[in-house]
Amino acid sequence: MNLTLLLWLPLAAGVVAVTLTGRQAGWVMLTGSLATLAYAVVMIFKFDTGVPGLQFVIDRTWISELGIHYKLGVDGLNVILIVLATLLFAASIAWAAMRDWVRPGLFFFWLGLAESGVLGALLSQDLALFVIFFDLMLVPFLFLGGGWGTSPNHVAGVIKLFIYTLVGSLLMLAAAVATGVLAPGDSITFDLAQLAQRRLPTGSQEWIFLFFAAAFLVKMPAFPMHGWMPDGYKAMPMPVLAVFSGILSKVAAYGFLRIVLPLYPNASAHFQDLMLLIALVSILYGSAMAFTTPDSRLILGYSSVAQLGFITLGIFALRDAGAQGALLQAANHGLVVAPAFFIVALLAARAGGSEDIRDMGGLAFRAPVLATLFLIVAFANLAMPGSSNFVGEFLILLGTFQSKVVIASVAFIGVVLASVYTLRLFIRSMHNRVGPKDTSREIALVDGLVVAPLVALIIAFALYPQLALKRSQGAVTASIRDAKVLSTPAREAAR
Amino acid sequence: VIAATTPPPAPHIDWAGLSSLTVLLGAAVVVLLVGLLRPRVVRETVVPVLALVGFLGAIGGAIWQTGSPEHLVARSLRLDDLTTVLTYVFCTGGAAAVLLSWRATAPREAAHGEYYALLLTSAAGMWVLVAAENLVALFLGLELLSVPLYVLCATEMRRATSLESGLKYLIIGSVGSATLLYGLAFIYGATGATDYAAIGQAVGGSIGDDALLLTGIALTVAGLSFKASIAPFHQWTPDVYEGAPTPITAFMAVATKAAAFGVFLRFFDTALLDDSAIWGPALATLATITIIVGNVGALGQSSLKRLMAWSSVAQAGYMLAGVVVATQLGVQATVFYLGVYLMMNLAAFGVIAVRERETALGDDIASVRGLGFARPSLAMAMTLAMLGLSGIPATAGFIGKFYLIDAAVAGDYAWLGVVIVIGSMVSLAYYLRVIAAMWMQEAPEATGEPATLTSTGRPALAGGSAEADAPRANAQPEAWFVAVFFGLATLVFGIVPSPLFDLAVKAGKAFPSLF
Repeated sequence: MNLTLLLWLPLAAGVVAVTLTGRQAGWVMLTGSLATLAYAVVMIFKFDTGVPGLQFVIDRTWISELGIHYKLGVDGLNVILIVLATLLFAASIAWAAMRDWVRPGLFFFWLGLAESGVLGALLSQDLALFVIFFDLMLVPFLFLGGGWGTSPNHVAGVIKLFIYTLVGSLLMLAAAVATGVLAPGDSITFDLAQLAQRRLPTGSQEWIFLFFAAAFLVKMPAFPMHGWMPDGYKAMPMPVLAVFSGILSKVAAYGFLRIVLPLYPNASAHFQDLMLLIALVSILYGSAMAFTTPDSRLILGYSSVAQLGFITLGIFALRDAGAQGALLQAANHGLVVAPAFFIVALLAARAGGSEDIRDMGGLAFRAPVLATLFLIVAFANLAMPGSSNFVGEFLILLGTFQSKVVIASVAFIGVVLASVYTLRLFIRSMHNRVGPKDTSREIALVDGLVVAPLVALIIAFALYPQLALKRSQGAVTASIRDAKVLSTPAREAAR
Repeated sequence: VIAATTPPPAPHIDWAGLSSLTVLLGAAVVVLLVGLLRPRVVRETVVPVLALVGFLGAIGGAIWQTGSPEHLVARSLRLDDLTTVLTYVFCTGGAAAVLLSWRATAPREAAHGEYYALLLTSAAGMWVLVAAENLVALFLGLELLSVPLYVLCATEMRRATSLESGLKYLIIGSVGSATLLYGLAFIYGATGATDYAAIGQAVGGSIGDDALLLTGIALTVAGLSFKASIAPFHQWTPDVYEGAPTPITAFMAVATKAAAFGVFLRFFDTALLDDSAIWGPALATLATITIIVGNVGALGQSSLKRLMAWSSVAQAGYMLAGVVVATQLGVQATVFYLGVYLMMNLAAFGVIAVRERETALGDDIASVRGLGFARPSLAMAMTLAMLGLSGIPATAGFIGKFYLIDAAVAGDYAWLGVVIVIGSMVSLAYYLRVIAAMWMQEAPEATGEPATLTSTGRPALAGGSAEADAPRANAQPEAWFVAVFFGLATLVFGIVPSPLFDLAVKAGKAFPSLF
């Protein structure tokens, strides 16, 4: 497997697309992203589950003066997320390729750059390289939201999003540089494996941890840092939003597991309570907002806040089960939220362009297939027993119970609330009285071609969540090992 | 009596070592004289070409003289890799200024010969300034750099703001020079030496004890801060940048900054090296103030040149971090950033210059509105410049900032690294406005139609419709070239930065006593 090819293929397709006009640009980009997806699928089969550590490693010196390496690798932590990223991008690009855009070449170029950026962040095994891709993957969304935005004040919304998230990213830049410079050892390095060996003194770990946490919590978004979310989500065109919500937030969760817990275990144990509290508030706040807002797009947005709260909860439970569940849930949520956004786009198209659930209703009568697809997505989102999301949430709560019983008990409310807001969205759009501007019609074949495979994958994943669990187990346990030991009180460890 | 007053023997002068300086000054004389000839083609084409040859020749001289460091003219100037690398920087800035001036009003109004001769003389002053290792040479270089610039700022003689800019710069610059001279005199009084090395020996880690010396150093810092536009000595910057002809603004932004930081590095890291524990925190405070003032000042600016002026104040604050730490890494990071800053600023000023002549909007931010659809290549250059200045990855600006933070943290100034990133956050707010104007706002009449020249808000009387403007769209290939070339450089050196690193590391090695 050549990871460099996997990483840059989407950008290469984007560069070709920028020279084309009309639908051609979309088809070229779609071909590129499908090829990337195929390559990623080949990778997951070639991936050797039994082997600990990185596979398919590419390691070259990029900037020797700064000790930055171009180091890519795949292990249990990122393998599923890489496939998810290529899948969601392929779905979004397919959705977009079937529609007309102004300046399509540029539109698809930015999508290609976004895909390469996301894959780069997921593949990087060098801290500096990770920071670069983490920032870079955001740039295309500035232009996509600003240039092809949907809400009347989309430019302001997307700039707000960009500034919010870059504030976090820039703090992370300072923290990353400090990690490389302050780590004990004779020469500067940003190699994650080496940095994990050279542990920083606890004092430095703590401020560096807070900077990283700020970057990742903003991107998720978690409760006090979510201010950009409503405007930013409204600003983006739907296929762009599907990948943004589906995969970019997962990169943040992944960052905790890849970087923060192994590199700063003392600080992670120290701030465990704070992080759990943030996660808990995100769950409750996100859920409460999701069942009060009438905007279907924001219902999904706030439900993401709650879901990402669960993921953070699982990670900072600092127990094997919790972190396993968090990684599984990251994949689940990406797989669920992307088709959910596509379905909302279809609903809006049937409700006279309005995304307000008060304008919807009764769509299920004439569109049973659409309703069925939506129902499956909705059940997965509310973590119906039998779904993969159920497994994920169960593991997360199990892990949290093992470490903090009180927090786990409160977090259970979130599971209940999830069914309230998800069913509310489903019932208000599909059942009830037919809305005033509604024109109910069945899902079109081209749209079905995008949504149905994703829904099929949700079902497949529900039947066989081990696909992710088995591959990630070893890597997740290794990632949280040090922090887990440090956070466990001595008497409990003795037991 | 006659025997007693025999002049001391003239110092040996290594003319080859001075080649950059002699080429610049020689070109200035030639350009001035050729500019007197009558034919229009000579004045408008031959003269700028000669000026361009002068700048490129100076770079050639610097390349030719690259080698082991040496002292020139009785140890008053030092030719080493710092001098050489900074010569590349400000001569590139000069060459770009010549290209941007090609069709500008300023040289036509002020006579071509004089205009380009002043530009070359100013660059010669920069060479003396960065090479100086003696207080007298330092002051000579500073004046030789400044006086031509005062005049150049006022060369658009029929525009009041240009004259105002020249006058303001003259008055404030003179105050700065006087302060500096005063400071230099104090230092001489306290140490009895004008040579950097001798001052270093006389001071030897005890500036805290000597009020006279401390005052001298404070005044020197203030004087140099005027030139580098470091807050609180930056007030002239927005007005002068806005009023001066755009090519001159570009030259001031990149070249003066390089020269001012060259002298900062050499003076502090040679003469006052042993006292870095004392002046370090003071300069770090100045850097913090500069970063805050510059970034906050740029926030609501609607004139692009003013915006770039405030941004240059903020960027000076970032670069000062490399001086503060007093390490080789710091020198390297500052020199690297100066190179990167050159590219980003020339790309931006290239676009500003083109749009200034194409639209009736001057340098207002509205002049680039919808540029992404009308002139994608220019808009791309400006976008890369703005992303680079705010430190987004895949641009050279990111690597430069990475390097500066690296130097700050390694020099025990981790908090200054955090100040740099906080400054960058604030800066996003105004750099993004420019990007948003180019890509997210369409000029009303150009809606949905690609490749139409925008002319938002152009009054009917100013002459012209979009059709009338269209032939002029590519009428300035040289300014377009500057913008696109340096925009591409920002991208390329963001991905393959090693050539720049090699130069920066060489410049850092010019200070063997640093570690």
